[in-house]
Amino acid sequence: MCLAIPARITAIAPSGQEATVTLGDVAKVVSLALVDDVAVGDYVLLHVGYALSKVSAEEAERTLALMVEAGLMEAPPSAAPSPTDAR
Amino acid sequence: MRYIDEFRDQAVARGLAEAIAAAVEPGREYRLMEFCGGHTHAIFRYGVPDLMPANLRFVHGPGCPVCVLPIARLDQAIALAERHRVTLCTYGDLMRVPASGGRSLLTAKAGGADVRLVYSTQDALALARREPDRQVVFLAIGFETTTPPTAVALKAARAEGLTNFSVFCNHVLTPPALRAILAAAAPDGVQIDGILGPSHVSTVIGSRPYAFVPEVFGTPLVIAGFEPLDVMHATLMLVRQINAGEHRVENQYTRAVTEAGNAKAQALVNEVFTRRAAFEWRGLGWLPDSALALAEAYADLDAERRFPVEVAAAREVKGCDCPSILRGVKRPTDCRLFGTACTPQTPLGACMVSSEGACAAYWSYGRFRAAGRAA
Repeated sequence: MCLAIPARITAIAPSGQEATVTLGDVAKVVSLALVDDVAVGDYVLLHVGYALSKVSAEEAERTLALMVEAGLMEAPPSAAPSPTDAR
Repeated sequence: MRYIDEFRDQAVARGLAEAIAAAVEPGREYRLMEFCGGHTHAIFRYGVPDLMPANLRFVHGPGCPVCVLPIARLDQAIALAERHRVTLCTYGDLMRVPASGGRSLLTAKAGGADVRLVYSTQDALALARREPDRQVVFLAIGFETTTPPTAVALKAARAEGLTNFSVFCNHVLTPPALRAILAAAAPDGVQIDGILGPSHVSTVIGSRPYAFVPEVFGTPLVIAGFEPLDVMHATLMLVRQINAGEHRVENQYTRAVTEAGNAKAQALVNEVFTRRAAFEWRGLGWLPDSALALAEAYADLDAERRFPVEVAAAREVKGCDCPSILRGVKRPTDCRLFGTACTPQTPLGACMVSSEGACAAYWSYGRFRAAGRAA
């Protein structure tokens, strides 16, 4: 029940209270009652018809980089460990 | 789709699996509880246990709102629909959950009660506007993620002066359940070395409310996203904390979770709801301050007051191990009903019904794997 899916905002209603989002090929009108400062092009987590929070593109990139780096760390011992993951 | 596909990447998963295998110390046990049913399903759907070293295992938590709802509340909801002849709206997850006497909302509907499935609280509101002669009751259920949408609906009903809309509230809170599980001593309790913290609950409440987990119980907690790479990444972060003898709250799901959470949603919830002194959880019993009721200012929209019902003491299904499974004490395969009398087609316990239940996860993704291992 706590599942929420990242969806992209494609239009915001003049009232500012609703937005059209797309998930893959599906378009849906959702409520913006729980978020502030969203704009067309933003990704939001969609939960039971509501945008629950914005998805941060920068943080997503950073997390992915950390994941890749964690995997690389176990490469041959000659590879120097990255400074952020010295342990 | 963006933010989904890249967090299911196989090559990165392989790297993370190698990192975890290299990080675990031989001779040490790593028992990690994933609180959320969403994590349980991600773990099984993507075969994460097969990528883990033998001394690391996942213990499944109670984070499935449908599963922890006591049967008595469901009996009340059915009685409400039947005796008061209201239109009862709820999310699909709840429709097939077994109530007392082999009943469910679905069988009540088949028997003539007006039970309707909605996708959103907005749908329930729209129904109330469209049919002013019917009393529409929204059967609200869910953790902190699902509570703000109920608050929005109640505020809208108040603002519009909708007199035929009310809420039967079963919203529950994550931190008190975590506390109860960690506080349970053996033999009822289960040894937990680290916790994978909730994804979307945390988008609302933030990471601060978990501070008691390391402070009081000395247990590390890492908030994790629901995609398989998130689960593996958070697992690695937990292993590192455990190895270092540390216990902190860390946030792996930074793309959606902040320290403070969603202030707008929190303000709405605080305005519309108040804490119940105690609430019953299946598997965990009565927990203080663990659930929400409508605040006094919204009492007239409270279905429990508008349509009082009394029901006989609820009956659990004999032999169903849901309560122990919800505490992580037993695994679904330990239940003698699992896969025989109880399947998703004919569920006897809530854990087999819900798309977040541990039994449903084992049945859908795990049963062939377990069979393969036994062979």
